Amino acid sequence: MTSMYAILAVILFTIGLIGFLIRRNALVIFMCVELMLNAANLLFVAFSSHYGILDGQMAAFFVMVVAAAEVVIGLSIIVMISRARRSTSVDDEILLKG
Amino acid sequence: MNLIPMITGTDVAFWICAVLAILGGVGLVSFKKPVYSALCLALVMLSLAVIYASLGAPFLFAVQIIVYMGAVLMLFLFVIMLVGVEARDSLAETLKGHRVAVGLAAVGVLGLLTLAIMQGIVGSPIGSDGVNNAAGGNVQGLAGLIFSRYVIAFESTALLLITAAVAAMVLAHPERLTKKPSQPERAAQRLADFVESGKHPGPQPNSGVFARHNSIATPALLPDGSVAPGSVSGVIADRVTIASPEELWAPHDEMLASIEENSSESFEFESQEMIGTSTAMEELVEFIEIQDDEVPGTDEDAADTDEEEEEDA
Amino acid sequence: MLEVYTSIANTGLFPYAWLMVVIPAAVAGLLLICGKVTNSFGHFIATLAPIASFTFAVIYFVELLGYPEMERAVNLDFYTWIAAGSWQIDIGMLIDPLSILFVLLITGVGSIIHIYSIGYMAHDPNRRRFFAYLNLFIAAMLILVLANNYLVLFIGWEGVGLASYLLISFWQERPSAAAAGKKAFVMNRVGDLGLLMAAFTMLAMFSSTSFADVHAGAPSLSVGWATFIGFMLLLAACGKSAQVPLQAWLLDAMEGPTPVSALIHAATMVTAGVYLVVRAGVIFEQAPAAQLAVAIVGTVTLLVGAWIGCSKDDIKKVLAGSTMSQIGYMMLAAGIGPAGYAFAIFHLLTHGFFKANMFLGAGSVMHGMNDDVNMRHYGALRKLMPITFITFGIGYLAIIGFPFFAGFYSKDHIIEAAFHAQPALGVLALIGAGVTAFYMTRLMIMTFTSSSRWRKEVHPHESPAVMWIPLVLLAIGSLIGGMVLNGWIGSWLSSIGAETPEHMTWLPEITVIGGITFAVVVLGAVLAWLVFGRKPVPDEAPEKVSIFTTIGRNDLFGDAVNDYLVVKPASLLSRGVALTDEKGIDPATEGTGWLVQAIGDKVRLIQNGYVRTYGLTLAIGVVLIGLALVLSRLV
Repeated sequence: MTSMYAILAVILFTIGLIGFLIRRNALVIFMCVELMLNAANLLFVAFSSHYGILDGQMAAFFVMVVAAAEVVIGLSIIVMISRARRSTSVDDEILLKG
Repeated sequence: MNLIPMITGTDVAFWICAVLAILGGVGLVSFKKPVYSALCLALVMLSLAVIYASLGAPFLFAVQIIVYMGAVLMLFLFVIMLVGVEARDSLAETLKGHRVAVGLAAVGVLGLLTLAIMQGIVGSPIGSDGVNNAAGGNVQGLAGLIFSRYVIAFESTALLLITAAVAAMVLAHPERLTKKPSQPERAAQRLADFVESGKHPGPQPNSGVFARHNSIATPALLPDGSVAPGSVSGVIADRVTIASPEELWAPHDEMLASIEENSSESFEFESQEMIGTSTAMEELVEFIEIQDDEVPGTDEDAADTDEEEEEDA
Repeated sequence: MLEVYTSIANTGLFPYAWLMVVIPAAVAGLLLICGKVTNSFGHFIATLAPIASFTFAVIYFVELLGYPEMERAVNLDFYTWIAAGSWQIDIGMLIDPLSILFVLLITGVGSIIHIYSIGYMAHDPNRRRFFAYLNLFIAAMLILVLANNYLVLFIGWEGVGLASYLLISFWQERPSAAAAGKKAFVMNRVGDLGLLMAAFTMLAMFSSTSFADVHAGAPSLSVGWATFIGFMLLLAACGKSAQVPLQAWLLDAMEGPTPVSALIHAATMVTAGVYLVVRAGVIFEQAPAAQLAVAIVGTVTLLVGAWIGCSKDDIKKVLAGSTMSQIGYMMLAAGIGPAGYAFAIFHLLTHGFFKANMFLGAGSVMHGMNDDVNMRHYGALRKLMPITFITFGIGYLAIIGFPFFAGFYSKDHIIEAAFHAQPALGVLALIGAGVTAFYMTRLMIMTFTSSSRWRKEVHPHESPAVMWIPLVLLAIGSLIGGMVLNGWIGSWLSSIGAETPEHMTWLPEITVIGGITFAVVVLGAVLAWLVFGRKPVPDEAPEKVSIFTTIGRNDLFGDAVNDYLVVKPASLLSRGVALTDEKGIDPATEGTGWLVQAIGDKVRLIQNGYVRTYGLTLAIGVVLIGLALVLSRLV
């Protein structure tokens, strides 16, 4: 049964990855990152239940806290960028070109 | 020996929530509007919260809903509001071969992750009930861990959160490049402008927010029907389509037309009573015309006349 | 020359001997670091510094006099500089009869020249810097002569080289001065290489560079190594003392201010080579070939210098040629061996007096002539500059060896010793004495007598007291220095290995050679009068002159010789290296660069600037690494 949770987590993670790679809106990309984090959390909880140890839940808890902090910073950066560029697309201004 | 495998509540919850979560994930990636994407993400998180509960992790269930859905997602929504709720993303791919490569990479990640994680599943599931009960409950168990083995990590996250809060404030704070002008300076500037260009030193005219319009994007109209400059803030003018004067006249014109149609019989009677008034009106108009000759008509003058006429009426 | 160190090192004022060096060094640092603040009083404290050192030197001199002859050597170790394995090099001082004489000369003449400079440099905007450098020089020179081992001596050796460079190019706004400073610095480096090689060899042979160890071990040194060290020391001496073949820099060094020429390039620094040869006498005694080379170099230089002195019109260059010549005499004496050491030092001291005297006199003349150095523009100055004329005249009589003047005693001794050692060298030295008389007489005639040939805007006048008082002091030294020292210096220096005849008193002994020398000197002077004194001196240098004059005017083509022997081959070599670089190495490196660039041009396209592409690359990288891990498990 645990393998089902694992497969669900992997599928969610992959969806997040695909979204991360094909979407251009920085906000959506950020949401995809959250999705990937959630997939990882699911795996933590599933294994915690599988082995009967609470440490997995602990890890998921820390992931949530860190994700919250990350969202605060990431979103304020996005707000700044959208203020300066009037856009949240990651393709708009190519400044990383070699 | 059961021929039909036993189906538990956990299994039911899992299958329902798994389907919902995957649907939500797909929606998150494929909706054009960021708001819909955010709502899909909420669906995924809710499903996962239910799964947590069914796996014997009630604390995480609560935290998932309170922190993730309550705080993180709401933040997302706020930011979507800030940067423009109307915006739609184009999903057409601009990079050649990108989608194919993404597909290949996704398949690879999917396969490898599955392979790797399956290696980690050993033995039959034990379930969290035992450990939860041993600690006197899930929350008590987690609390025991947080304040013993993970206390340093826990305190570090506290630091991290404070740092993040400060950082967000710093990032969100707009930088002022020049000194803020004081009130005396502004007043002096206004008078200087008046001397130089004749710009009126008083306040700008109000926007034309009348009973029919609830938006400050509506310009004020001058007596001659033209738009009063400065009645709509420049910031708004840059962003929003301003209502055109014709649009604003339209209801007024319609009403006048209907009044003329309905009251053609009693028109003469009323005009008899208003003779005196009309003479006064003519005098006033003459007076205004003399004034206009002296001071070439500025917008402010026109506005003043407007007010006087209303008082008279 | 076995030094027997006395145990008096820690008594009296000897433990404070380091102050002699530190005072001028500290003043130099003060003037350089504090900058303009010290503009108003800098020259006074800078003048007090060598006077303070001189006071110390006098005290030590008197103390040394009070000890038995063979115990007059005080060794002071202050600090262990390098301690590596069995080697230990201490920073220390050796105060013995030889070094104390040098210290007296350096600080004594140095003080006088400092006083003179106050007047001479009065109108120079950079006078403070000048005095700082002079004090730096005094400190370095004292390190040189007070060092008790060859490596510490090398510090002073380099220090005086630096000070000399800074002072020659003191008027750095003149390209010629800057070039002259560079030339002196570079040519001195050649000599410094010799000193370094000698010091390294000593380290290898004796595991020490201290005078005591080296001189104790020298008698058992093989002749081959002794000759090598001797030649390396000779190279060093040639560089510092402007001896042939490294003589070319001294004439250009006259670009510096005149007090510098007097102090550094006449009285003290250029005699460091003589000091080195005398100090390392034990090694030269072990290497007769090197010793002979010293004598030959000295003889050749004394003739070359005299030759140059005859043909120059620039008063300072005549004196510079004369300096080379006189140092040639000292080297000749030093090359004779123990019999000549005392004479070398004797002549060094008297030369320090009379040459500083004449250089300062020349400075005084230039001061009156708007810094014109061309003697053809002088003439008839004896009436207008009586003090300068009299003091210069005393210097003149001293240098040509007129009886009872300083040079008479010292030079006659050298010529006599040369005749005893090697008659051929003696004859050449004798000729040199005659030529000296010739060119010095020429200088006197062209400057002080004959008719005036001043430029229009020049109004000659006597220099201020601050300048002529030093002249008088030095003239007194030139007058009586020989008489005072003659009967005494031999026994004073006997403890450092000098062997001197017994007959030296203040009254010169009448010998055949002495008589011949005097006759030759008179002949030279009369000849000069016949050539230059009887008809007016041409205003412009004559174009049609003998081949000898042409050669002399060109410094015996010293620069050309250097050009052909060193500069041309070196530049050919460097051109070859440059060609190899251009044709061989450059294409290789540029090809590499081109290849990298070409690859980069293609690879650059991957960097398209889209974050999503970078994310994709990341994902693909993760997949590839994962695959690699999986495959490595399977294999």
